[in-house]
Amino acid sequence: MVEATYKEGIDKATVAATASLETYKYGFTTDVQSAKPPKGLNEDTVRYISAKKEEPDWLLEWRLVAFRRWLTMEEPTWAMVDYPQIDYQDAYYYSEPASGAKYESIDDVPPEILADFEKLGIPLREAEVLLGVEGAAASAAEARMGEASNADGGGRKVAVDAVFDSVSVATTFKNELAKAGVIFLSFSEAVREHPDLVRKYLGTVVPTSDNFFATLNSAVFSDGTFVYVPEGVKCPMELSTYFRINEANTGQFERTLIIVAPGAYVSYLEGCTAPMRDENQLHAAVVELIIEDDAEIKYSTVQNWYPGDKDGKGGIYNFVTKRADCRGVNAKVSWTQVETGSAITWKYPSCILRGDNSQGEFYSIAITNNHQQADTGTKMIHLGKNTRSRIISKGISAGKSNSTYRGLVSVHRKADNVRNFTQCDSLLIGNECGAHTIPYVEAKNPSAILEHEATTSRLSEDQLFYCRQRGLSEEDAVALLVNGFCKDVLQKLPMEFAVEAQKLVSVSLEGSVG
Amino acid sequence: MLKIENLHTTVGGHEILKGLSLDVPAGEVHAIMGPNGSGKSTLSYTVAGRDGYAASEGAVMLEGTNILGLAPDVRAAKGLFLSFQHPMEIPGVQTMTFIRTALNAQRRARGEAEVSAADFIRLIREKAKLVGLDDAKLKRPFNVGFSGGEKKRMEMLQLAIFEPRFAIMDETDSGLDIDALKMVGDVVNALRGPERGFLIITHYQRLLHYIKPDRVHVLAGGRIVKSGAAGLAAELEKSGYEQFIEAA
Ligand SMILES: Nc1ncnc2c1ncn2[C@@H]1O[C@H](COP(=O)(O)OP(=O)(O)OP(=O)(O)O)[C@@H](O)[C@H]1O
Ligand SMILES: [Mg+2]
Repeated sequence: MVEATYKEGIDKATVAATASLETYKYGFTTDVQSAKPPKGLNEDTVRYISAKKEEPDWLLEWRLVAFRRWLTMEEPTWAMVDYPQIDYQDAYYYSEPASGAKYESIDDVPPEILADFEKLGIPLREAEVLLGVEGAAASAAEARMGEASNADGGGRKVAVDAVFDSVSVATTFKNELAKAGVIFLSFSEAVREHPDLVRKYLGTVVPTSDNFFATLNSAVFSDGTFVYVPEGVKCPMELSTYFRINEANTGQFERTLIIVAPGAYVSYLEGCTAPMRDENQLHAAVVELIIEDDAEIKYSTVQNWYPGDKDGKGGIYNFVTKRADCRGVNAKVSWTQVETGSAITWKYPSCILRGDNSQGEFYSIAITNNHQQADTGTKMIHLGKNTRSRIISKGISAGKSNSTYRGLVSVHRKADNVRNFTQCDSLLIGNECGAHTIPYVEAKNPSAILEHEATTSRLSEDQLFYCRQRGLSEEDAVALLVNGFCKDVLQKLPMEFAVEAQKLVSVSLEGSVG
Repeated sequence: MLKIENLHTTVGGHEILKGLSLDVPAGEVHAIMGPNGSGKSTLSYTVAGRDGYAASEGAVMLEGTNILGLAPDVRAAKGLFLSFQHPMEIPGVQTMTFIRTALNAQRRARGEAEVSAADFIRLIREKAKLVGLDDAKLKRPFNVGFSGGEKKRMEMLQLAIFEPRFAIMDETDSGLDIDALKMVGDVVNALRGPERGFLIITHYQRLLHYIKPDRVHVLAGGRIVKSGAAGLAAELEKSGYEQFIEAA
């Protein structure tokens, strides 16, 4: 176990962290009439949601089993995060724009919601190509100039599923994808249009009884994304889902289910933002990935939920269960995450490497500033022979924040010739933040080769001065150095999003030195 | 151009600069020599505005304005350049990206237009040839794993690209081979002109064969203790600093 903690001194950063409120540019709210059940959580809430979604009986039953189970469970306390007791009866569990949950065409989506997504840089009109935040096109060109090998960044199509509070409001490029045989639908649509597929796979990776938050999600999940890529198909474009919490006092519980059949491939990205609100909001999602023989999923997350203000007021509690099941031989999955938002992040995207020769990768950047807390990492469960995994985690802590990497590499008795490489680097900005690295290893097969490297360093004054002598402002210098520190992980993101993620890294560290 | 008056700097509780005065008029190149630990790098850090090297007394006038108290990047935008005795590595940031980001930050601060990606590539390729750095190096992370001499070349590359008003070169010649020494001379001589000034910190007169200084100063005990014409460098090389250490 490697552990490094730094807590001392007086924080210059907090004094100087000016108006971090203004730095969260996605903090606007959109004025949309909404329809909600009464506050609180009981069987009727579950029935209300299921009825709203016009779900089949089996799914309502599935939810109720989860709900009853949840009532018997206790909230986990082992993570290195600290928050007041959540009152689960004091929240809404479902919210949809009053104009109705689903829109037949993009033209039916209320203009204020379209505008909301537009403000976020997410075009829902198919003619547009997603290139993220403003100026990204130019930066992408620049990035290409720098690394000529990364060809054709701009101009590629990205299909988007946009989830606003509890419902999916639009899914683009559906027809084009259908031609390739790819199913890309909101979860509710998938339940209606492909009930057998959903029923076959739902809960097979993260069972309803898995953990407190996953079980809660199973009872009250609202919407999310469903993807099915049939045998041998390489999905012709990037798929992405944007989650947006708008409504106050509302939890968001989305469910993502992605299945890639033998020999298939998909690259998928999710992005998340929420308005600034003084109260904390709960986000408890479940993501299940199923990868068959010779298939591959690249799953990327750019998480920018509202982190709370500089004094730690408000912000999203992001308690998420993500798991990939490499069922087939030579199956491959990679999780790439850029976690910059949320008041608290509790998240361990995991890989079950069941198929022989299957591979799991986890690339993570977790940035915490002000009072944010992140406890994140991964689990690599090696069950098959010759399975390999690779973990690269970059934690950046600033202000009074705390960041923990918690990882498990587990090798089953029968899993011969397993290899794992783990590298955890922590960067501290200022004297009042903390970084912790907690790697667990369980190796029950002596042929396993497991490597672990960990470093903890402080942002270098020498480098900072060098950059400033060259003309960079303090904030630009910090952003540049931190982006450099994260480079290995940023490179793993699809080009379109790498540029956006780089900017996010800069924005989330504003006011962190001084 | 750069006029330093009665500069006092305390570092880590010790007064290192003790009333240093120096005047480099526009168009001139001055050299500073002095024993190890006499405060030459401290002088360059104080002028460039490094944290922990704030002057307790005195003034540093760059083209008529006192730059003490300005942020280091503001001084850089005003045209002050420091070639570091020990240049930094910036992992994960490509050399081209680093230099272009810096150049455009300076230009923005001066209200000038940014240099486009295409123009920049042309510029950096041309200057890289001048300082003897190949294309492959420009694509690597900035200075990471570069040899000592390559890092000094990288400093000269930035000097050639930024074309600052005033450059302080802190032991740029240390660790350079003979060809590189000549290259440094070529870069500086090409930039020499009536609008520009240089302060060259060095231990040896060999660089001064290539760059003929207008004045040579001896820094000892935190002050300039002797100034003279170019010939002073050769004299020092023969006689050493002992006489000045006693004087100071
Ligand atoms: N942070 C610090 N804390 C304490 N003393 C310091 C610090 N930085 C520099 N000094 C001291 O200040 C003095 C001047 O150092 P400086 O680096 O300016 O010398 P120099 O003339 O550049 O020497 P050299 O020729 O070896 O490069 C030295 O005695 C050095 O040890
Ligand atoms: Mg020195």
